[in-house]
Amino acid sequence: MNRTPLALSTALLSGTVFGAGLAVARMVDPAKVKDFLDIAAITSGGWDPSLAFVMGGGAFVFFVGFRLHRLFRRPLAAPAFSHPDRARLDLPLIAGSVLFGIGWGAAGFCPGPAIANLALAPGGAVLFVGAMLAGSWLAGALRGISVSRPAIPSADTPRA
Amino acid sequence: MDHFAPLTATLGGALIGLAATILWVVNGRLAGVSTIAGNSLPLRRGDTLWRLLFLAGLPLGAWLGVVFGPRLFSEIPASLPAVGLGPIGLVSAGLLVGIGTRLANGCTSGHGICGLPRFSPRSFVAVGTFMASAAVTVFIMRHVL
Repeated sequence: MNRTPLALSTALLSGTVFGAGLAVARMVDPAKVKDFLDIAAITSGGWDPSLAFVMGGGAFVFFVGFRLHRLFRRPLAAPAFSHPDRARLDLPLIAGSVLFGIGWGAAGFCPGPAIANLALAPGGAVLFVGAMLAGSWLAGALRGISVSRPAIPSADTPRA
Repeated sequence: MDHFAPLTATLGGALIGLAATILWVVNGRLAGVSTIAGNSLPLRRGDTLWRLLFLAGLPLGAWLGVVFGPRLFSEIPASLPAVGLGPIGLVSAGLLVGIGTRLANGCTSGHGICGLPRFSPRSFVAVGTFMASAAVTVFIMRHVL
């Protein structure tokens, strides 16, 4: 159902605007990300609060953008809005976030900037992104075995 | 505050929020990069191509931003970013990011840019947790080791 020309061109446009935003905000630079995460520099000098402004600016715009779904019965090029259906605060959420934070702090790469860097610093980004995809698929496969998935798809996300 | 760039940081963030808005209103999808990438395999008819196009847009847009950004704003450095980590470090960190974001169902974009303004309790917990864990990691790597 995401195969219409409008849906496909919108996906490319969204990714492109996203990547441009990362570059304009310089979040593609691992050193700049680490300069934000380095909280010891708040007192000793040299701390860079930029990342908070990036997340604040993005969240502010999407605060409005997300609520546009109330104006539309359905998305312009899809049968329904895919609202996340999880609500529980569980161990995978916490443990996963801890692991993600360690990798993010060590490399200065989170998934978006890492993939964006395939065009800017391809040598390093290819290694990171390859390992990231392998880790994601590994964790997904392991969780698919340990947690039985609901047999009936959620009413929110009808399958084509 | 050596390199603090509030104008372009806010503008870049707003572009990311705009990208998320476009994908939500037209495709009904949240712009969470780790989930879009992680679910691109296994291939599913009708559910893979839009993911690959979104992901292909990221380096394309970043390249445009690096080429044209510095001409528009003097705050943006014209240099290419440097990866300050060796191959073993990059692969280890990538594995941690991949496993972690899959377990947590989201990263800085899905939980941060998209989850916080939805007032998702899971996203508030995730963002607080990965920010703290990343800050501790940077502290150890820069000031302890």
